[in-house]
Amino acid sequence: MLARVQLPRAARRGEAIEIRIAIQHPMETGFRFDLMGRPIPKNVVHTLVARYNGEEIFRAEMGSGIAANPYLRFYALAEASGEITFEWVDDAGNRGAERAAISVTG
Amino acid sequence: MRPARRRFVSIVASAAALPWLAGRGAEAAAEALAPLIAKITGGAPVREGRVRLEIPRLADNGHSVPLRVVVDSPMTAYDHVLSITLLSERNPRPLMATFHLGPKCGRPEVATRVRLNGTQRVIAIARLSDGTYWSGTAEVEVTESACLDAT
Amino acid sequence: MRADLGCLLLCCSVFAAAAAEPARPIPLKSGIEFASEDIRKLQADDFANPGMLWVVRGEKLWSEAAGERAKSCASCHGEAAASMKGVAVRYPRVDAGTARLVNLEGRINLCRTRNQGAPPFEYESDELLALAAYLAYQSRGLVLAVAPDAQSRRRFERGRDLYHTRIGQMNLSCAHCHDRNWGKQLGPETITQGHGNAYPAYRLEWQRLGSLARRIRSCFYGVRAAMPPYGAAELLDLELYIAWRGSGLALEAPGVRR
Repeated sequence: MLARVQLPRAARRGEAIEIRIAIQHPMETGFRFDLMGRPIPKNVVHTLVARYNGEEIFRAEMGSGIAANPYLRFYALAEASGEITFEWVDDAGNRGAERAAISVTG
Repeated sequence: MRPARRRFVSIVASAAALPWLAGRGAEAAAEALAPLIAKITGGAPVREGRVRLEIPRLADNGHSVPLRVVVDSPMTAYDHVLSITLLSERNPRPLMATFHLGPKCGRPEVATRVRLNGTQRVIAIARLSDGTYWSGTAEVEVTESACLDAT
Repeated sequence: MRADLGCLLLCCSVFAAAAAEPARPIPLKSGIEFASEDIRKLQADDFANPGMLWVVRGEKLWSEAAGERAKSCASCHGEAAASMKGVAVRYPRVDAGTARLVNLEGRINLCRTRNQGAPPFEYESDELLALAAYLAYQSRGLVLAVAPDAQSRRRFERGRDLYHTRIGQMNLSCAHCHDRNWGKQLGPETITQGHGNAYPAYRLEWQRLGSLARRIRSCFYGVRAAMPPYGAAELLDLELYIAWRGSGLALEAPGVRR
């Protein structure tokens, strides 16, 4: 699953950094029909977890009320240099992951 | 529903609902969702305030409405936001999302884009680390494209 | 339906004269100028703009080998930032090899079949839209520069004629809305000049990226006319005329529209 992550490469200790993530996913509601009239099964990215150096800092549980190609913006407290990872899974069991490095000074 | 029918229903419904919505308080909005809210909070009371829900007053299209929730919280180890839940009054599934936060977030804020099935109130409920629940609501009028699209 | 009623009212009250001389609207205005603040912000923010997901995908596809010859786009064209800059603003144009009028998507598929030995991508597939968006992105900010030449003149004229022909149950031509009534309200929307400079664009209505051909087909449906199938000559003729008509506007792809 294609996704984009945006966060600053460097931050000062104690600073709240802005994190943005966008995932290419139709977020099928389960209420739509294909051209042959067959229902398209619900398939949304239902869980996304962000971890900072292995520790969970943010978790999103999402339903069909989240728009297609889900976009999230949240914050993380810069504590130590390392890595922020993102993992998500949809109703069909497809998984995606992204990671970004951050360098913390001060 | 086919798009044309869905749009027809939503236009008629939103036109009919408008004057009624205008004179309504947040309590009434919460009333329709009361059973769901009770389930989320485990029956604990939800107080209005401390949650600011920013959403366009007039949305271009119900498929993607940008919103931002900011909670009044210092986000310290002893006083922070545990979760933010987004509820829709009129979506077939009213529970849109729950975001779990903590002191490691540093800032009590989250933004996303939601689907809204017509003009309605959207409610954000924050659960704080002291066990209290707070809510913020916003009314959004959802408009649609002038021309039907079956592509 | 409210939208239908709006169209009907416009139809009865405003559209008295029919035939129109082909001309560019003055001043030329991109559809983004008629869009809401929310949509303008979304298009201007390269991270929030969902169309950029297709651009990123196109960037990956650009250097992926495909087909019997196991060649990628990059095998022949190198860095897209250099080789593809200024390309998208010249389409649709006549392909020298086949003497066929092609748009950017058609040109990509010609490369697939002719040079890569790969099957063409399907219309509106994520892959085709991704590559088209990636190529168009290399020309973002450059102005559309399409003019009919000796080879495309007949197609251009057919596009121009179709643009000015009443079609569908609403009996409207493209010109009725986009030449004579742009800037006026139709339901909750402002009628645009009907340019293609945002495409491939992310329409909220579609919840994904889509081509200009798809947008034109939506207009056929909007006036209750039979939609030409993807790849139909009429759509390409119209795309050529529209590209000429919008020449001078900056390319915005991937644009965001309602």
